[in-house]
Amino acid sequence: MTVLDARAPSGPIDARWDRRRFEMKLVNPANRRKFSIIVVGSGLAGGAAAATLGELGYDVRCFCYQDSPRRAHSIAAQGGINAAKNYQNDGDSVYRLFHDTVKGGDFRARESNVYRLAQLSVNIIDQCVAQGVPFAREYGGLLANRSFGGAQVSRTFYARGQTGQQLLLGAYQALERQVAAGTVKMYPRHEMMDVVVVGGRARGIVTRDLVTGAIEAHVADVVVLATGGYGNVFFLSTNAKGCNTTAIWRAHRRGALFANPCFTQIHPTCIPVAGDYQSKLTLMSESLRNDGRVWVPRGAEDCGADPAKIPEDRRDYYLERIYPSFGNLVPRDIASRRAKEMCDQGRGVGPEVAGVRRGVYLDFRDAIQRLGRQTVAERYGNLFEMYERITGEDPFDVPMRIYPATHYTMGGLWVNYDLESTIPGLFVGGEANFSDHGANRLGASALMQGLADGYFVLPATLGHYLGATKLEKLTAEHAEVRGAVEEVRARVDKLLSIGGKRSPDSFHRELGALIWDNCGMSRNAANLERALRRIPELRAEFWENLAVVGSGSELNQVLEKASRVADFMELGELMCRDALSRDESCGCHYREEHVTPEGEAKRDDAGFQHVAAWEWRGPDAEPVRHQEALEFELVKPVQRSYV
Amino acid sequence: MSDKLNLVLNVWRQKGPKDAGRFVRYEVKDISTHMSFLEMLDVLNERLLAQGEEPIAFDHDCREGICGACGVVIDGSPHGPSKRTTTCQLHMRSFRSGQELTVEPWRAAAFPVLRDLVVDRSALDRIIQAGGYVGVRSGSPRDANSIPVRKEDADLAMDAAACIGCGACVAACPNASASLFTAAKISHLALLPQGQPERRERAIAMVARMDGEGFGHCTNHGECESSCPKGISVDNIARMNREFLAAAAASRRPLGAEAKDDDGGA
Ligand SMILES: Cc1cc2nc3c(=O)[nH]c(=O)nc-3n(C[C@H](O)[C@H](O)[C@H](O)COP(=O)(O)OP(=O)(O)OC[C@H]3O[C@@H](n4cnc5c(N)ncnc54)[C@H](O)[C@@H]3O)c2cc1C
Ligand code: FES
Repeated sequence: MTVLDARAPSGPIDARWDRRRFEMKLVNPANRRKFSIIVVGSGLAGGAAAATLGELGYDVRCFCYQDSPRRAHSIAAQGGINAAKNYQNDGDSVYRLFHDTVKGGDFRARESNVYRLAQLSVNIIDQCVAQGVPFAREYGGLLANRSFGGAQVSRTFYARGQTGQQLLLGAYQALERQVAAGTVKMYPRHEMMDVVVVGGRARGIVTRDLVTGAIEAHVADVVVLATGGYGNVFFLSTNAKGCNTTAIWRAHRRGALFANPCFTQIHPTCIPVAGDYQSKLTLMSESLRNDGRVWVPRGAEDCGADPAKIPEDRRDYYLERIYPSFGNLVPRDIASRRAKEMCDQGRGVGPEVAGVRRGVYLDFRDAIQRLGRQTVAERYGNLFEMYERITGEDPFDVPMRIYPATHYTMGGLWVNYDLESTIPGLFVGGEANFSDHGANRLGASALMQGLADGYFVLPATLGHYLGATKLEKLTAEHAEVRGAVEEVRARVDKLLSIGGKRSPDSFHRELGALIWDNCGMSRNAANLERALRRIPELRAEFWENLAVVGSGSELNQVLEKASRVADFMELGELMCRDALSRDESCGCHYREEHVTPEGEAKRDDAGFQHVAAWEWRGPDAEPVRHQEALEFELVKPVQRSYV
Repeated sequence: MSDKLNLVLNVWRQKGPKDAGRFVRYEVKDISTHMSFLEMLDVLNERLLAQGEEPIAFDHDCREGICGACGVVIDGSPHGPSKRTTTCQLHMRSFRSGQELTVEPWRAAAFPVLRDLVVDRSALDRIIQAGGYVGVRSGSPRDANSIPVRKEDADLAMDAAACIGCGACVAACPNASASLFTAAKISHLALLPQGQPERRERAIAMVARMDGEGFGHCTNHGECESSCPKGISVDNIARMNREFLAAAAASRRPLGAEAKDDDGGA
């Protein structure tokens, strides 16, 4: 095991990023055109990075799997983006946002990075407003804010329920402006299948053109991965269907360490699974918990009954009962775990799927009585409509049903302060890196991190890398590059030739259920060990019994899925291994063996105040666990308590 | 009422951009009314795959009605029968058991079919490239609250900016015009102070690019608005026309000439 060095600057925390930037080498504007940069991903992180690097004059190529960069998964974010502007004069500051984020992450994030994120949050809002992002405004014409996810200050900026869409369109428009200017070449409908490493440095990628099937190498001086999160390892999640781990997993197999893979966030308010055909889960904004009351029947015999006929004394408002002071507003992880517990006790509601009712009521009856229908409609009308469109039930008449779903992944490729992975020349931004959120992300902080990485951090640190590194000329004819292309071809051919009986989706569903049951909201050693025995068997079956039809030289969506599922299989195993070896609870990682008397996550700071970063050793070999020690100079670790 | 349906689908199958396409008839049985239309296609695709047949290709990603990737024409209606609903959010309870439906891709000269229900919509990106942005550099803007915006303008801009770029407006238009799409972006930026410096060039260049991509002209049918899953209003087209005429009148360039990409002073 090696101890990883984040190369974070020391000294006063508020001067670290400035200092780092001052130490950096610069690239002369006239020379920038000579440097080529590959950005994989066109979400907030990738889109912002590609646009900014193009504008600086570098020769940029940007890749995404959708038909247009505007469709990256960032588009789906609803709630908002945090920034320490203190426009509401309610006591917010860069330091407070930094403090909240370190604490919210349950002391498993790097202080230097988090402080920089809080500092840059302020610039992000300026940048987006200048681009014409139509944030919500007050009557005086100034920007409006709301408080989000239990924060005590109003620091969240939003554009109705479509904040991610509007931020992404801002970045997309900046990107298209560079495409028109000729500084960025866009490659939509291209899937990255591998990184090319030459002489120990990342020098390009191998892609498959999803329309023609052509497999090609693209060489460059530096590579950025901004390919989003891997929540779809669970099959059912709130992520877009195409979200995958392939880009970062392939980089992991080429030597990039994977940090904290078991840190995945479960969101408590999603629409429950309706049947075994279910393809994804839809998030309902957390703001619903401000006025909705969560309950289940006291006894299992009422679970199939009409909720309106269940009298008050046969209802269990369990969050209000267990957490009298926070009630329905307890943090995401707690609300999620308690809901699962109720359903595991047989007190869930809604349709039975695979023999269990997985849903709890989120009831607006009392809010409607207290506030009036009108006010409730003003606050939540669009969410009620969305719910009704999907379920066919009107929350004004029937209580909503909700259940937790996988939403975000804090784990990802390990990066140092400059966002460079352990492969020199391979930088990682946005949800794809192991990020600044530690063991738990606060609401409205992912958009902030994606844009901080894309607009501000990566353009600076990439410039330094290019200015400070002597790179040899490389063409696609180089043996290592051709070798990488051949490996991808062989893998695609293999997937096409198995000739088995099971579809990629059926393997994916089974894998997802395994991970959800054993490495989801709550975990224990026995279950994790069982999953670690089962996943390799499933993976072996996959490579023997997979059915893919059609050829590799055409648009083939079954092949696309198969290739992604193959990587999820390997990742799923690493997640369980990480969860097993982290023998403590922290944030979203809830080990049943480590809980406080109140039932909350109990950290073991002496044993685990570190980042775990895994090294790939081959498909059937044990990976090696490395560590980056975390120090808390400013925010002193304390135990969370909500009772 | 039973919550299962049996349907007959006539689906457009086309192997590649150069191949001829045709409708193929599929019977689907025991479809839950709680499924989305795309989940119904998933179920059919799993069956086809099990039979060794090639599944039906269709674009989709978020399945929440926001990314704009999905979209098929169902019985002549882009995104199907429910108002303000993308195909991914359309649920099977909108259909009756025994119905026979046709399912086809967006049809427009500017949207060539790539395979089955998948079309190439890159022309929409090129319209944005022509000027659908504000030419600001990353890193050095002024404080966000130093640009006040009337709430009413901000709300109208947001109404227009809500476009998801799915292309249903083009598929719905008898002329296959992209006016609603183009107008939504021109309006969004024209309504905000940030959009003012490039306002004229933007209107001229985006309209010219739309024409150059082979989209038809707007003759005020209004089908675009009624098929738009986000309810983008045709008022935006009127605003685009005003913007274009005002810009053309003020411009030294001859009207309708292919506009150069104005780099916005980068
Ligand atoms: C429903 C929902 C609501 C959310 N709401 C909020 C919120 O209110 N506030 C908040 O802060 N966060 C929110 N989040 C989280 C946040 O949206 C994401 O974490 C963030 O947008 C991720 O941005 P990204 O740029 O890292 O990646 P993405 O936006 O996921 O972009 C990934 C890009 O990589 C490309 N890509 C991926 N794999 C490949 C490959 N193999 N080859 C080529 N290209 C590839 C994709 O095409 C895409 O362009 C929400 C998430 C969900 C699911
Ligand atoms: S799949 Fe995203 S809008 Fe339908």
